[in-house]
Amino acid sequence: MTRAVPGGLRADRVSREAGGRLILDGVSLAPPPGGTIGLIGPNGSGKSTLLRILAGVLAPDAGLVTLDDDPLTAVGRRTVARRVAVVDQHAVTQVELSVVDVVRLGRIPHRRAWSAPTAADERAVREALERTGLAERRDQSWHTLSGGERQRVQIARALAQQPRELLLDEPTNHLDIQHQLELLSLVTSLPLTAVVALHDLNLAAMFCDRIVVMNGGRVVAGGTPAEVITEELIADVYRVRAVVTPDGPRGRPSVRFRPGRP
Amino acid sequence: MTDTEQAAAPREDAAARTGPGLRRIRGIRGIREGLLWTGGLLLLALSVAVAVTIGPARISVADVWSAVASHLGAGESRLSPIRDGIIWNLRMPRTLLAAVCGAGLAVCGTVMQSLLRNPLADPFVLGVSSGASTGAVVVVVLGVGGGAVSLSAGAFIGALCSFALVMLLSHTLGGSTDRVVLSGVAAMQLFSALTSFVVMTAADAEQTRGVLFWLLGSLGGVGWSDVWICSAVLGVTLLVCLGHARTLDAFAFGQDAAATLGVHVGRTRIVLLCATALLTAALVSSAGAIGFVGLVLPHAARALTGSGHRRLLPVTALAGAVFLVWVDTLARTVLDPQEVPVGVVTALIGVPAFVLVLHRTRRTP
Repeated sequence: MTRAVPGGLRADRVSREAGGRLILDGVSLAPPPGGTIGLIGPNGSGKSTLLRILAGVLAPDAGLVTLDDDPLTAVGRRTVARRVAVVDQHAVTQVELSVVDVVRLGRIPHRRAWSAPTAADERAVREALERTGLAERRDQSWHTLSGGERQRVQIARALAQQPRELLLDEPTNHLDIQHQLELLSLVTSLPLTAVVALHDLNLAAMFCDRIVVMNGGRVVAGGTPAEVITEELIADVYRVRAVVTPDGPRGRPSVRFRPGRP
Repeated sequence: MTDTEQAAAPREDAAARTGPGLRRIRGIRGIREGLLWTGGLLLLALSVAVAVTIGPARISVADVWSAVASHLGAGESRLSPIRDGIIWNLRMPRTLLAAVCGAGLAVCGTVMQSLLRNPLADPFVLGVSSGASTGAVVVVVLGVGGGAVSLSAGAFIGALCSFALVMLLSHTLGGSTDRVVLSGVAAMQLFSALTSFVVMTAADAEQTRGVLFWLLGSLGGVGWSDVWICSAVLGVTLLVCLGHARTLDAFAFGQDAAATLGVHVGRTRIVLLCATALLTAALVSSAGAIGFVGLVLPHAARALTGSGHRRLLPVTALAGAVFLVWVDTLARTVLDPQEVPVGVVTALIGVPAFVLVLHRTRRTP
């Protein structure tokens, strides 16, 4: 499943305006297949907009998103949904659903109108539940789950789509530290190309193969965590003082913040 | 998954589907669902047959059977023309229209609640019923159309005008679901005000009574043409909605989530809103604005079947049909010889039932 696929999901100089303001200004992104890419940057830097454009939910005003070198708009919604899955920071529903009901939603792009779920659908759902450690809770109500469990169910739903690309928009936002670490370990262990928007620089450094830094709608830096997460960059992009030492897990950079302006 | 794996997948699926164990499980499930549907349809047929026998003139189920059989061309009727007329021209169309209205309103309510992600949505949320009322009042009280336009036709035109206004408003306001609901509320207020204004300034006492009765919902005096028109629209709408069952499931976590599951959100919304608005307009023009069925029955049906629309939609339709057949029977017999507007009875029965359903499905915060 991890074999390198030429092309994959790519953004080529995409721009997007909202309310007369340029929120995305000629951003290109080409995630290497199978890797985990971290998107970091301050609030309003365009991370979420970029993810929505990559998912095909939002159309770029200029530039192009391609899936295996075909323009996303020419591929067709259902085909895109079978390749690219999305997990938002906070999924909300009024509907009374069990865990397995939510995971089954991931099979919608694989099913035809009028058809009942097939054995292949049920197998994909079962595998997604097992992979995320939710097999025992399949019949529990969504509304009785904690925030961390809900995000895990959303990832299971995304896996049921059997995607090659997974886009996550601040998936750890509402979680405690234990669940943040658990969730990101799960995501990086999956045989998928993952693009994750994150706020926590230490988490980004710990889990991502590559990091892309955004500021004011542009990509301002990109590379391995050690190349990107530096005291200068943090001062420049976030306007805070920080000490960065190479003593994180596996020699990754570790960030400590200091009070006061840089 | 590589390209070769993807090519192999369908074959593998086909092999898994036809495995003997799975086939047996699917077969058993199919039989159980089949029994459920047969049972539900039998219950509905029995409800209609029994409801027709209830009323001032004493009629048995056998009489009903004989009258129906003779009109369908199977054997001579042994009934007097008067009894035959009561069954075939009065009670039968009325009871059948009750079933069609119940089914249609419940289906429209289910679709609106899922599509607009609002548990308070009902078939009238797009202002269709208020527009219909204004249309009816303009025809009856002001005499627009000079007698050539019937109350039903006026109501239908009013309903479509109101729906068009709501669509136009919500489109210019950005087209998101909350804008659709807010535009519907605005149209509802506008048309209710217009209706009240016309009734207050121009109607005499008798007209006011007639209009009020119709506004609260009434199945009295309907004929076979109402039944045919409403059944046809119900059939088409039900097919459209069932074709979108999978798509409606995708809206559980909102529009963006639906879009990432491969749904054309804009197109789906237009198709389903138009289909349900047309059905609601047809039902309201025949029977008035029967409240509460479209709000409550979907919640009750969800408590029975869960939230998957492939099963939920038919179950809601059956439940709505059986419910309104009995409620209408109650409405025309409980204060005999006086008739209670069926909308009043649906609310009187519906509110406690609604509270019960909400209580049973309440969640811990």
